[in-house]
Amino acid sequence: MATKVFMEALSPTMEEGRLVKWLKNEGDAVKSGDTLAEVETDKAIMELVARGDGVLRKRLLGEGETGPVGKLIGVIATAGENIDALVAEAASAASAASAASGAGPAAQVVAKAPDAAGAPSVPRASAEAQGGASPPPPTTVAAAPPPPQAAPPAPPAAPAPGGVGGNGGQVRSSPLARRLASERGLDLSRLQGSGPGGRIIKRDIESAAAAPAAAYAPAPPRAAAAGDFEDIPLTQIRKTIAKRLAESIGPIPTFYLTAEFDLSRVSEMRAAMLEMGDEFKVSINDVLMKAVATALAQHPEVNVHWLGDRIRHHNRVHLGMAVATADGLIVPVIFDADRKRMSEISREARALATLARERKLKPEQYTGSTFSISNLGMFGIEQFTAIINPPETGILAIGAAQDVAVPHGDGYVTRKRLKVTMSCDHRAVDGAVGAAFLQTLRRLIENPLMLVY
Amino acid sequence: MPLLTYRDALNQALREEMHRDDRVFLMGEEVAVYQGAYKVSKGLLQEFGEMRVVDTPITELGFAGVGVGAAMVGLRPIIEFMTWNFAVLALDQVLNSAAKLFYMSGGQFNIPIVFRGPNGAALQLSAQHSQAFESWLAHIPGLKVVTPGTPYDAKGLLKSAIRDDNPVCFLEGEMLYNTKGEVPEEEYLIPLGQADLKREGDQCSIITNGKMALVAMQAADQLAKDGIHVDVVDLRTVRPMDVAAIKASVEKTNRAVVLEEGWEICGIGTQVVDYIQRECFDSLDAPVVRVHQADTPMPYAKNLERAAKPDVPKTIAAVRKVMYLD
Repeated sequence: MATKVFMEALSPTMEEGRLVKWLKNEGDAVKSGDTLAEVETDKAIMELVARGDGVLRKRLLGEGETGPVGKLIGVIATAGENIDALVAEAASAASAASAASGAGPAAQVVAKAPDAAGAPSVPRASAEAQGGASPPPPTTVAAAPPPPQAAPPAPPAAPAPGGVGGNGGQVRSSPLARRLASERGLDLSRLQGSGPGGRIIKRDIESAAAAPAAAYAPAPPRAAAAGDFEDIPLTQIRKTIAKRLAESIGPIPTFYLTAEFDLSRVSEMRAAMLEMGDEFKVSINDVLMKAVATALAQHPEVNVHWLGDRIRHHNRVHLGMAVATADGLIVPVIFDADRKRMSEISREARALATLARERKLKPEQYTGSTFSISNLGMFGIEQFTAIINPPETGILAIGAAQDVAVPHGDGYVTRKRLKVTMSCDHRAVDGAVGAAFLQTLRRLIENPLMLVY
Repeated sequence: MPLLTYRDALNQALREEMHRDDRVFLMGEEVAVYQGAYKVSKGLLQEFGEMRVVDTPITELGFAGVGVGAAMVGLRPIIEFMTWNFAVLALDQVLNSAAKLFYMSGGQFNIPIVFRGPNGAALQLSAQHSQAFESWLAHIPGLKVVTPGTPYDAKGLLKSAIRDDNPVCFLEGEMLYNTKGEVPEEEYLIPLGQADLKREGDQCSIITNGKMALVAMQAADQLAKDGIHVDVVDLRTVRPMDVAAIKASVEKTNRAVVLEEGWEICGIGTQVVDYIQRECFDSLDAPVVRVHQADTPMPYAKNLERAAKPDVPKTIAAVRKVMYLD
């Protein structure tokens, strides 16, 4: 009796898996429980194990290829057993799947799950192979249950080699570990458990808490931060947004948010600092950079990179600043800008701009930014839109500070104001997210004392 | 401080309380002329006379009932069972009379009685005479259940039991009568319902009672040689149980082993574990493990009896298990 090897749901949210590597060759003897292949899920690379004994007769999915959960990707059988029917079944299922992509009225396909976000369809195995007893079902029944022969019940997820998985993807941890982690602001999903079955216990929390600050620094306001970044797998809605909007405006579906900030208090602050001596002089741009870095720290959802199949949330803020040079535009980076004082940012910005103009920037000084700003205010540009520098997902275009008459009581007063326009990559950053970031930025710029809070 | 046997500590408690209060009397099989099957009542007949140290026929239900009646009319009887295995015959008087009368008389009759005798297994006494009854008795509202593990505890707790106005079941360890321990010369009482932290450590709690306190201490000594330092919480009284002591220890160590002499199902340990999961859930770093007698009548064969009893190696193994060392 042959055993079918299916693409298994190796994580609770897995819809499809990429076969990273076969660990058994065709013709290899396998026993139930043997690891057949490594499969990349939406979360991690997991082991796919054999569910029966025999010989791995056929591999139906190539390395690097992706298959939906439930897809027949291999056959285990005895050496002499005829597996032609099974191989044919897999082939016809594949052709049914490609027919489904045409979505013609006669396509024999039902979706396994609500398909709003482009979930992979599970092909119905060809009716002929099953005896052709039933007529083709109506098309596009989004929520219909999958036909049993096409979608075998997903076998239980294989135990993961860490604390994750096996248990419905839940992180196993002792009650004490959960309490301590919550008290210390540690994210259990980032920890390796040393207890039975990967259970996270007190000693794991203690060693995590004792680890170097860089490795696990609970730096407020980003309490859950660990490491320099965190990759967030794309949710189905995220995938759909990315796909649809890139089709509309591509390849980076950019949208723009413009806001006008009042600079009265920034001006007062700069004047007061200057009164204390020339060494305390900062430019509006310095204040803006400090404010942008601070706002980014408070809005990690904007401080991200789009990596195609996932979104990288950076836990550190590296601010790129566009500098015009005779050769063209270059974007040196102020690393960890959110943790630097305004005076440090000011000094560093000036130094970097000088190096840029002298063409002396080293590569490590102009790579690695997580978000950028571009300022054409000195050219008298009132407002403009800047172009996102991928994989970044946002750039802030800063115009010139201008005196503007604003209504005041029954009359008008003159105020120094500034227009900024944020370009956002809609694949990663939605309008409301960008707007919330600008709201924070406005609060900081209109109340610059908040920058020292 | 003088070293006394557990037997002599109990004898002192009886003597002191009989001197202190002439309503106190001792009754049971072989307590008078024979001086007690385990010599706990040695010298008492000579000292207090046959009105207060009374031999009975082999009639557990009868003399337990006489004791309850005497308690109802104002005396303070101490009923000795030759072992708690024999007290099974008298359970109707213990649970239905002694434990219930205060409640059923609307508080008109309190029953200041002590039922005492050896409990649990000794050596090769076989299935019918090797049973630990504390979980049976602790189940009953209206009874207090005391299980001293050392001479010091035996004396202080028996004196408190005799002075208590409620029925107290006092479960002695047959294998403990010859053990020695320090007992102060001056008078002292140990309140019922108060556990004793017999050893301090910070890596695991062993929670135990009665004879098993000795096993726990021996296990703790051996564990300490491997650098594992455990709390030994001797409950001493299993009803009422000292939940605060359990909580304090487990919150400190985050891990617990519950060691008891009796069987697993509905044993004392189940109650302890219940308190731990309720009171200390967020302090637990590992599931609680229990050590108990094998779920079988006690075998007579020496090797099988040894295999069935909770002991030092099993306790050590349990501690290592909850500490994820094995």
